[in-house]
Amino acid sequence: MELKDMTALELGAAIRKGEISAVEAAEFSLGQIERYDKQFSCFVTVQEDVLQRAEEVQKGIAAGAFTSPLAGVPMGIKDNMCQKGIQTSCGSRMLAGFKPTYSATAVEEIMKAGAVPLGKLNMDEFAMGSTSETSFFGVTRNPWNAECVPGGSSGGSAAAVAAGECFYSLGSDTGGSIRQPASFCGVTGIKPTYGAVSRFGLVAYASSLDQIGPLARNAADCAAVLGEIMKQDRRDNTSVATKGIDLQKVLHTDVKGMRIGIPADFFGEGLDKEVAACIEAAAKQLESMGATVEKFDMPIVKYAIPAYYIIASAEASSNLSRYDGIKYGYRAEHPADLLDLYTKSRSEGFGMEVKRRIMLGCFVLSSGYYDAYYRKALQAKALIKAAFDRAFERYDLILGPVAPTTALKIGENLSDPLKMYLGDIYTVMINLAGLPAASVPCGFDGKGMPVGMHLIGHYFDEEKILGAAHAYQQVTDWHKRKPTQLDRI
Amino acid sequence: MSHSKWETVMGLEVHVELATKTKIFCSCTTEFGGAPNTHCCPICTGMPGVLPSLNKAVVEYATKAGLALNCEITRYNKFDRKNYFYPDLPKAYQISQLYLPICRNGGVEIEAEDGGRKVIGIHEIHMEEDAGKLVHDPHTNSTLVDYNRCGVPLIEIVSEPDFRSAEEVIRYLEKLRAILQYIGVSDCKMQEGSLRADVNLSVRPAGSETFGTRTEMKNMNSFKAIMRAIHYEANRQIGVLEKGGEVMQETRRWDDNLGESFAMRSKEDAQDYKYFPEPDLIPIEISEETVEQTKKALPELPEAKRLRYVGELGLPEYDASQITNSKALVELFECNLAAGVPAKELANWIMGEVMHMLSDSGKEPEEMTFDYRYLGALIGMVQKNEITRNTAKKVFKAVFEEGCDPVDYVEKHNLKTVTDTGAVRAAIEEVVAANPKSVEEYRSGKEKALQYLIGQSMRALRGKADPQTVTAILKEIL
Repeated sequence: MELKDMTALELGAAIRKGEISAVEAAEFSLGQIERYDKQFSCFVTVQEDVLQRAEEVQKGIAAGAFTSPLAGVPMGIKDNMCQKGIQTSCGSRMLAGFKPTYSATAVEEIMKAGAVPLGKLNMDEFAMGSTSETSFFGVTRNPWNAECVPGGSSGGSAAAVAAGECFYSLGSDTGGSIRQPASFCGVTGIKPTYGAVSRFGLVAYASSLDQIGPLARNAADCAAVLGEIMKQDRRDNTSVATKGIDLQKVLHTDVKGMRIGIPADFFGEGLDKEVAACIEAAAKQLESMGATVEKFDMPIVKYAIPAYYIIASAEASSNLSRYDGIKYGYRAEHPADLLDLYTKSRSEGFGMEVKRRIMLGCFVLSSGYYDAYYRKALQAKALIKAAFDRAFERYDLILGPVAPTTALKIGENLSDPLKMYLGDIYTVMINLAGLPAASVPCGFDGKGMPVGMHLIGHYFDEEKILGAAHAYQQVTDWHKRKPTQLDRI
Repeated sequence: MSHSKWETVMGLEVHVELATKTKIFCSCTTEFGGAPNTHCCPICTGMPGVLPSLNKAVVEYATKAGLALNCEITRYNKFDRKNYFYPDLPKAYQISQLYLPICRNGGVEIEAEDGGRKVIGIHEIHMEEDAGKLVHDPHTNSTLVDYNRCGVPLIEIVSEPDFRSAEEVIRYLEKLRAILQYIGVSDCKMQEGSLRADVNLSVRPAGSETFGTRTEMKNMNSFKAIMRAIHYEANRQIGVLEKGGEVMQETRRWDDNLGESFAMRSKEDAQDYKYFPEPDLIPIEISEETVEQTKKALPELPEAKRLRYVGELGLPEYDASQITNSKALVELFECNLAAGVPAKELANWIMGEVMHMLSDSGKEPEEMTFDYRYLGALIGMVQKNEITRNTAKKVFKAVFEEGCDPVDYVEKHNLKTVTDTGAVRAAIEEVVAANPKSVEEYRSGKEKALQYLIGQSMRALRGKADPQTVTAILKEIL
């Protein structure tokens, strides 16, 4: 098998068997970046020590220090996860040049597994956006069609896997930021249960919703990566103890007898017909594999978008207050006084979308409005959670679309933020409920753009979600398809 | 207050730094001082991506404080974020408690103006983190930030508006300080900022039931300053009202050097802190069992001690209340009591010489550095007539100031009472021989002359003789 067609687990196995060295794999990926990244702009930073690290890992594998099935596999990290000594920009001018003195726990864990990080991946500024167009470091493009967005905010993480620039990546998901770009780029990605992966070192957007997860070529790779990073961390008070991921269990999951529910409300106005058809087809496929599939009503859906944008913006307005030009990050020149220093630094350091959400967040938290907005949003969140809890009494998994459309053209969404927010309808409620959910490739639209199906599980049912996705990928090949243009670049 | 037509109403917000070894959300030391920015890490300096981890000792200390101050413990309490921009606050929000503070509905008993007892209500106690410190550098005309204090755990004790005089405020603060020191949750050193009080004050016509408009005063770092600030502010508000003006709701900063307060910000520019629940920390649950255990483990508190000192040891009310107001004085008292020194004699010494030396040196009892057992040793020497009371006072000065062992000191300086009556008699005979005029006067009935001769004799004996013995021998000779 050629390197470019290998999954992360296949490459890891080949490295362990000595068929290929970690250094050769790293050289291959650096070559891919060289070849494709000018076109797609997935990476903000390519690390200088990639080959050294690969050599070190190769030695570690030989010495038995790295036993993970992923040891030696080149990967990428979204630029909102701190990595000691490497610029962590969050796609913002505010943090351009910022090099943390510490690493995120998820980064530390994946390094312990022998990961070879290639660099930091582009994203919407501070993870706010669904297109990866708002980064200070430029627009990331969709490898299936460079005129289209890769989705966001983990657009770099999804596009880099789709373009074959890395074998897997770490992304983060606050309202769909792993799943929607995975869907747009035809890769598999999962947002774990809130609390499953430590958030320590992940630059916060909305603390009660943020979660780190993997993006890769298939469900098995995602399970392997998740297995390495899903650990309780005493540095994150909201992280919880789990039994982790049993990769063998995932690989041997049978969907036969699984009860799958489809919320009828997901198929209302706004859903693209071609996307709907792909999801229906995926449902039929799962049914043919022995699952029972039925539709049910979940009218709570309509509260998801307002509740999400209130809670996320409120937390963001507070989380992003620390970027004040005092201690690190961007500082405006020649301020007249302290207030001017704050105002200028923040006005110049943040982009439009970030400023919009900070203002929205400040508004909903301000005295006299708290009860009308924030408190109401928390109530809606509780209702959404309860509705899912009820649904999971009857179903093992819930199936639906990830996004109402396939990837849009660059520039199409930014002009109309409300339209962009509505595109998050299916994903944000999962973050509000704190549930795990994956995007799994399940077809293409007429323009050849990929479509992902949304597989949602109950709390800590990551094995079940990825198991079902893996079983599906054993009998379908949507996830194996590659953009034909890659051969022409 | 001199204006009897007006009544002053006050409530206090007291910030107390907890004496935990490490900070509230990271493992940096809480030690006071240290070179700027050496007691900090990415967490307490609010670097991107870091998260707080709650130090459980803070919850324990706050629970202890709450129980000692007769509060209800909120079994399910939470942290909230208080958002505001200031360079000493690196996250631009303070993690505090607004909606569900750890303690509520407590009270502290103090002595009231009329000599009776009065309870000052405690509205709530919440846990929060301290901010850093700004230092102005006059050489470069710039402001520097020291983050050492960032994340030092605080409790804020919010009283009800129950104070009617500055004296009550001071008594409450003394009591609060003693209680918190007893239970070991804080050293309460005002000079190091580990106890800070903000005073909310309003005035109203005597007999009125409604509150006047209040101001909040900050930046008082001694009891004396608080006293002065209260008098100043009450008079200022009365002055405004008597001229037909209106008191503005505002925050004022006390300048102790000038003896004046200045408006910092008015209600209109009051900040909107945009409080909301802290999403990085899960709620704190405190079990009934923990509360019961904490309650049981509390040491005897000042109020119980005071009652015991009066009831069992027979100390005067005033002495008992003064001694129990300070953990250091209690330790001084109890360690010597345990060594067998009679309670009343001990209390007399503490109320007399110890207080005297403290006020002369301007020290707080906590700053006494001598071995507490020395006081008992000194009293013992007096009781055994080894030294005179006057000598003992001089010796105590050396004990207090230099930490000298009184037994060694007496030995070294040859201060023991002269018990050899032959030597005393010889010295007195010399005095009598040298002062024929005074002897004559005494014999002709002038009592004053005797006093003079006693004085001269004591002087000749360098104060080391028992004055009663001297008087008896002198009379005999005359």
